[in-house]
Amino acid sequence: MTRLIPAVAAMTIVTVLTRAAPFLFFSRREPPAAVDYLQAYLPPALMTILVLSAFKDVAWAEFPHGIPAIAGATATALVHLAKRNVLLSIACGTAAFIALTRLLA
Amino acid sequence: MKEQSRRGRRREAVSSAFKAGVPVLLGYTSIGFAFGLVLVGLGLPWWLAPTMALFVFAGAAQFMGAGLLAAGAGLGEIALLTLLMNGRHMVYGLSVLDAYKGAGWRKPYLIFGLTDETYGIVTTIAPPPGSDPIDFYFALTALNQLWWFLGCLAGAAIGRAVPFDTSGLEFAMTALFVVLLMEQLRSIRRAEPYLAAAAAVAIASIAVGPDNLILVATILSCAFLLALRRRLEPAGGAGSAR
Repeated sequence: MTRLIPAVAAMTIVTVLTRAAPFLFFSRREPPAAVDYLQAYLPPALMTILVLSAFKDVAWAEFPHGIPAIAGATATALVHLAKRNVLLSIACGTAAFIALTRLLA
Repeated sequence: MKEQSRRGRRREAVSSAFKAGVPVLLGYTSIGFAFGLVLVGLGLPWWLAPTMALFVFAGAAQFMGAGLLAAGAGLGEIALLTLLMNGRHMVYGLSVLDAYKGAGWRKPYLIFGLTDETYGIVTTIAPPPGSDPIDFYFALTALNQLWWFLGCLAGAAIGRAVPFDTSGLEFAMTALFVVLLMEQLRSIRRAEPYLAAAAAVAIASIAVGPDNLILVATILSCAFLLALRRRLEPAGGAGSAR
């Protein structure tokens, strides 16, 4: 409790600050060109980082050699290519991951 | 009479917001439910899930925060990683500066509730004609938070009553990132940002290992992207939402 409330407060403050930052900085002046440029190209870079870093704790050398994670991500991507339905893609990928984790345990 | 039609227009804005937000309803209730289950499964008290939904209102950052709390992480570490996880919001907010102009007393809440999904709808779906756009944005944001809150609460309550084996459910966040990456690939068809980020992850994992991987890779990627500016910029705001 004494640890949880300050943690929630810290997460709240930091999240609000990130969301408010552009409103605080650029409400009266135009953002510099470098910010506009990063605004366009940072999202693809960040998503690449988030996907790749999701595999950072996989124990590749041990059985099942990261197969559930790779298969789960591949299933997500394939279902998304076929149907382009965000929830369906996530549900299928997660189900594949959970099923393989248990089957290969 | 005038009051009547104003109320009618407001009602129309709310019902349009409800319709526009149905995908978010489905997503937030199910991911929120998974969050509640995971949080209780990590041994954290159930009330933390709805409390986070009310005050933090962030998907990936809440999952990460619950994991860090369960692992006994410090306050500074939690704050830094939240900054890292939600740093992308600093970029998103730029494109709704104009849309949220003149929101008055509702503006702080609109900014507070600017999640990825709310941002996505605000920048792609037009408010109903004749209504106050701020009514639409405000209703959309509040409904989205309501779905998220209910999902988190239900997951925590049910996870507490019925002990679920939730291991593996956290993969939903990885899957979400895979989907978002594919949407990025669809809209930004240049190889450089993806390759720069992949190189940044490779360098960061060799240099610092798994613990600060995302932080170091993000900083490196910013540096790489700025270095590539000459090469990428003539393509002209490929992903600019404005």
